[in-house]
Amino acid sequence: MIRLSFTDRYKITRVRTLMTNIFSLAAGLAVISIIFLIAGVNPLFAITEIFQGSFGSIYGFKETITKAIPLILIGAGLTLAFRAKFWNIGAEGQLLMGAIFSTWTGLAFGNTLPSFVIIPLMFAAGFLGGALWGIIPAILKIKYAINEVISTLMLNYICAHILTMLIVGPWKGASRFGFPGTDNLPDAAILSVIPGSRIHYVTLILAIACAAVLTIIIYRTRFGYEARVVGENPDAGKYAGINFFKTTLILMAISGGLAGLAGVGEVAGIHHYLSYPASVSSGYGFTAIIVAWLAKLNPLYAVVSGIFFAGILVGGDAIQISLGLPAATVEIVNGTLLIFLIMGDYFLHNRLSITFSHT
Amino acid sequence: MEDIIISTLQRTMVAGTPLLLATTGEIICERSGILNLGVEGVMALGAVTAFIVTMTTGSPWLGVLAALAAGMVISVIHAFTSVTLQANQVVSGLALTMLGLGLAGMVGKPYVGKPLTIKMEDITIPILSDIPYIGKAFFSQSPFFFMAIALALISWFFLQRTRLGIQIRSTGENPRATETQGVNVFLIRYVSVIIGGGFSALAGAHLSISYSKSWIEGMTAGRGWIAIALTIFALWNPGRAIWAAFLFGGIFVAQYLMQPLGISPNFLAMLPYIATLLILVLISLKDPRKLNAPAMLATPYKRGER
Repeated sequence: MIRLSFTDRYKITRVRTLMTNIFSLAAGLAVISIIFLIAGVNPLFAITEIFQGSFGSIYGFKETITKAIPLILIGAGLTLAFRAKFWNIGAEGQLLMGAIFSTWTGLAFGNTLPSFVIIPLMFAAGFLGGALWGIIPAILKIKYAINEVISTLMLNYICAHILTMLIVGPWKGASRFGFPGTDNLPDAAILSVIPGSRIHYVTLILAIACAAVLTIIIYRTRFGYEARVVGENPDAGKYAGINFFKTTLILMAISGGLAGLAGVGEVAGIHHYLSYPASVSSGYGFTAIIVAWLAKLNPLYAVVSGIFFAGILVGGDAIQISLGLPAATVEIVNGTLLIFLIMGDYFLHNRLSITFSHT
Repeated sequence: MEDIIISTLQRTMVAGTPLLLATTGEIICERSGILNLGVEGVMALGAVTAFIVTMTTGSPWLGVLAALAAGMVISVIHAFTSVTLQANQVVSGLALTMLGLGLAGMVGKPYVGKPLTIKMEDITIPILSDIPYIGKAFFSQSPFFFMAIALALISWFFLQRTRLGIQIRSTGENPRATETQGVNVFLIRYVSVIIGGGFSALAGAHLSISYSKSWIEGMTAGRGWIAIALTIFALWNPGRAIWAAFLFGGIFVAQYLMQPLGISPNFLAMLPYIATLLILVLISLKDPRKLNAPAMLATPYKRGER
């Protein structure tokens, strides 16, 4: 007789974490292959095509890095919120609010201020927008005990409608000939890109810097420690006199602010004007949740996992065109991988032992 | 004027129906201590399954059954990760939503924009439906409406009065003590999650084969998330869920009523989401002990641990 049993694993090494992640992703890809098979697509071809499309060509890789920028920014910010067990599902709305704030700044001052003044100003405005939209659920949670999953999601919908209201109404640009959308940002307010690509490198550098600084904040500062205690052991935190309201407010200002920065990058680096919510962000706020989870809630690792999931987004676009698969395919890939990542966590924390015995 | 009242009431009942179905399901699930954030995805999968099966077989009832089955099957994933693997329920639920929305989009792609010609006959209760003003709204509706009300009432009775219902509730309050009573806590939680998923899928079926008679990606439009908020608003009580859901149905309908007043349609479209937040604020002003949330909600239970 074969018996399976699980016991707690007390030592979790970095190598084991990495191996578990790789194994989980591989198992996830195996299940995705089955889904592809059922959909009548050769899975080997589809999966090769995904990675070929994103990492296999120079053009694809440039696109992957472009899409990694918002994912790194948001993913890094989410690691902080998730560590405090604040389930911020509202990065999408925080990104849009950042886009709204920075577009206003760019349109209002872009013609009068030089580039080196207006660009930092727009990033500051974007951070502020995202942070403001991020602290609302923090206040609602601490003061009114409202579940943050619900409030952040509702704020996503509300922000998307505010944005639409602006671009079909007061902000509708004269140069759009009646179509929704603001006028283009002035040249001074547009981020320059690496020639031959869409990589707005200022935001990329900012994203990596933010991830690095956040890693130091989480592991080396008192605030980072407090944020972790709020999540892991709230009772001890209360006993130790941690101010939950202040800590949650700050961490959500950072988490939302980073999403706001991503919004600045999308508007000033990619689109150059404010258009419909679905074109400003293609679900980065949700994909970043998996980015943060794969990074094991370490902001620096979010750089790597951000690039990985950006690759899946770009590869997903590639197979849509070459295999005629619907856009939703990427969501299947993301959902399945996330399920396998959390399944992997179990094997990371529990030792599986198989014992053989004769009965 | 009479026409406006009748049609407003009627549309309120229609808009509240999917909310009631999904909320009832989530209440059963959360009562057992499991938070399921997958409602939105399961609802979408239910909608697409019901639509395709109804269109190909010509029978809406087969569509309903297929949706129910699909919702229950996909919910097993969440039950497995959150009960057996004791994983984080928030992340697992989100993953389920992504998977559900993705599968629905993929499977439903060839059906986007195709109208459903097969109609589900309304059920009209004689005599009662002749009551002025309210008769038509309450007693001449789609079968889903009566199904939603009946399931909510049955669930209320089931959770309050039956042995299994009490076992579900005590699993959500104190799984350890429940287990010492000889109850299989894991099984109870599995069953609750699966029933909840089935109800969410029924809500989706209502949207695609009764409400809009078509399938398009994103047609659930956040109703699954609103159902999760309504679960709190209903204080985890299916009886209260009835009026909570129809109050929200009314808010959905209010959008269209206020449009002629010249208010921006985008502002009106925000109303259900703003109302959700406002209502949660109002609820929180209550004494938290009277909120009656399951004590062990979203807390994984590990056997043999003290």
